Amino acid sequence: MTATELTTPPRIGSGFQGSARDQIGDYFRNMRNGDMGALPALAGFVVLSILFSFLNSFFLTPLNFANLLTQTATLMMLAMALVFVLLLGEIDLSAGVTSGVTAGIFIVLVKNFGVDWILAVLVAFAAGLAIGTFIGFFVARVGIPSFVVTLGLFLGFQGLQLLIIGTGGTIRVETPEISAIMNQNLPVVVGWALLAVALSIAVAISLWDRARRARAGVANRPLVLMWARLVLIGIGGALFVALLSIDRAASRGSLNGVAIETDPILGVPIVVPIAVGLLWIGTFVLDRTRYGRHLYAVGGNAEAARRAGIKVVSIRMSAFMVCSTLAVVAGLFDASRIGVVTAASGSQIVLSGVAAAVVGGVSLFGGRGRLIHAAIGALVIAVIANGLGLLGLPAGVNFLVTGGVLILAATVDALSRKRASGGVLR
Amino acid sequence: MDVPIIELSGVVKSFGPVDVLKGVDLRAYAGKVTALVGDNGAGKSTLVKGLAGVQPFDAGEIKFAGNPVGLHTPRHASALGIEIVYQDLALCENLDIVQNMFLGREEASGGTLEEGVMERQASHTLQSLSVRTVKSVRQKVSSLSGGQRQTVAIARSVLKNAKVVILDEPTAALGVAQTEQVLSLVRRLADSGVAVIIISHNLVDVFAVADHISVLYLGNMVASLETKDTNNNDVIGYITGSKTYEGIPV
Repeated sequence: MTATELTTPPRIGSGFQGSARDQIGDYFRNMRNGDMGALPALAGFVVLSILFSFLNSFFLTPLNFANLLTQTATLMMLAMALVFVLLLGEIDLSAGVTSGVTAGIFIVLVKNFGVDWILAVLVAFAAGLAIGTFIGFFVARVGIPSFVVTLGLFLGFQGLQLLIIGTGGTIRVETPEISAIMNQNLPVVVGWALLAVALSIAVAISLWDRARRARAGVANRPLVLMWARLVLIGIGGALFVALLSIDRAASRGSLNGVAIETDPILGVPIVVPIAVGLLWIGTFVLDRTRYGRHLYAVGGNAEAARRAGIKVVSIRMSAFMVCSTLAVVAGLFDASRIGVVTAASGSQIVLSGVAAAVVGGVSLFGGRGRLIHAAIGALVIAVIANGLGLLGLPAGVNFLVTGGVLILAATVDALSRKRASGGVLR
Repeated sequence: MDVPIIELSGVVKSFGPVDVLKGVDLRAYAGKVTALVGDNGAGKSTLVKGLAGVQPFDAGEIKFAGNPVGLHTPRHASALGIEIVYQDLALCENLDIVQNMFLGREEASGGTLEEGVMERQASHTLQSLSVRTVKSVRQKVSSLSGGQRQTVAIARSVLKNAKVVILDEPTAALGVAQTEQVLSLVRRLADSGVAVIIISHNLVDVFAVADHISVLYLGNMVASLETKDTNNNDVIGYITGSKTYEGIPV
């Protein structure tokens, strides 16, 4: 490229030009064209939250908010794990049992063999990685559909779990570090400090992006939009931390007119920074690295990716490896929250994880979706369970509503896409 | 005449007992459009796959800018600057134009993608081909028309200093206006100094854009003509084998 080429701005647009007003206009135009991302799920979450807060006065209390977060965390991790395989148009039905089996390995190592908990966690992760490699090998190299391979593991691992834990057995989690994930909170100061660190990183990355684009000589979006976005994130984060910094014990109320004296419960649950951190790292990898780009490419058109020189087999294998490894995190979260690992741990959750991803806007056909979509989808599914539980409705209703929301989400997605492509439902 | 940028002499390719190419000569010149025509089964695809290094020729000589070379893997071909735009385009619809153009050869520094640099180069490549039909380089390919997709696929092939671009049926699935756009793009591509080899069944397109026409018939190169010295009927005759040609190859 010559010097003159670098000094003349390109005449073909990139969507980065124009005033803030143009940019916002473009955003809404894209939305109308079916590119709605996580917005329907986010709207669903807000609507459900408003509905439940009217129906039950406990719903909007800080205690319930913290509960909702810990109830969501396991599903969120599993849904995020599944995104990596869903992006390829594949599925991992064994993600749930993988989380159960690896949690089982962890607990047996700690309790029965007296292994140090850190080593046991590492072994659990290694087991997850090995399971992912196994699935990836059979899907990508041998060429068996992922549905079949992981269905096989789904069935087999329920048996493996029985063998590890023992029939009907439950083993209590007595490792304080693992129990703390879901049951302990960060000191209030640490919560605010982590928020400050997160915001600083967000500002730094945004400025770095602009500097890079400027150095390359291409247009940047108006600076005001960047700050508007960051301020919104800042306000959201501050509200979040503030809400969790209120003493939640106070909202437990009273017994027979006598206020119950309890120690204060306040601070951000420890699971939150772990989940947000993994979400952020995963998003960074998917959006900003060659690996992430290639993952989307293989999911979009594997043949095109192959011809472009991308090692499709390796990408496929790696997606299953990432998925199973992240499933281990979900397993540890679950063990921490429930306090026990049972012979049935993880056998129920996988389809909820898929549902969460789909509700959030991840495509089952591959190539479309982000980790944040899965996280928001998980929040929607968890808020249904949380809200309906508070209303004292039977568990059956929960399943019915969750199923309905899933179909509704898929319908919204399909309709918006049909509209965009000028289909019959225009 | 100049030295051809690529020159095949007597290339042979067999699949088991079937001889698909029986000693084919082909030349392509920088700045010229060479049309490769022939009926189904004539060996066009095999010839292209050989040039791409996907299915190396069994025998025969390949000269690149006058120097003998080997084309044994796709890597050899792309190292020489031979790029192929397949009929099915091979674009990822879920990615945007820049992402598709740089697929598999992304610019990165410090492990993270240099989106600005890629966007810049993609815009300039499209601009150098005088592409005006594309509004934004950050459009998803799924939102593009057939002609625009062909444009992106061609622009992708010339992004990294291509010397020879082979287009497989670039107008097969396009309407009249889009065919016109793509043909003028092919012309501009050649005018920018690239040797273009275009495979087509549509002789109207071939006569509109090609400088030379090479006709394959059952694995033999039966005619190599200057477009201006021939006509539709003759070429159809060579393609179907009802006419023979004993001329000097161009």
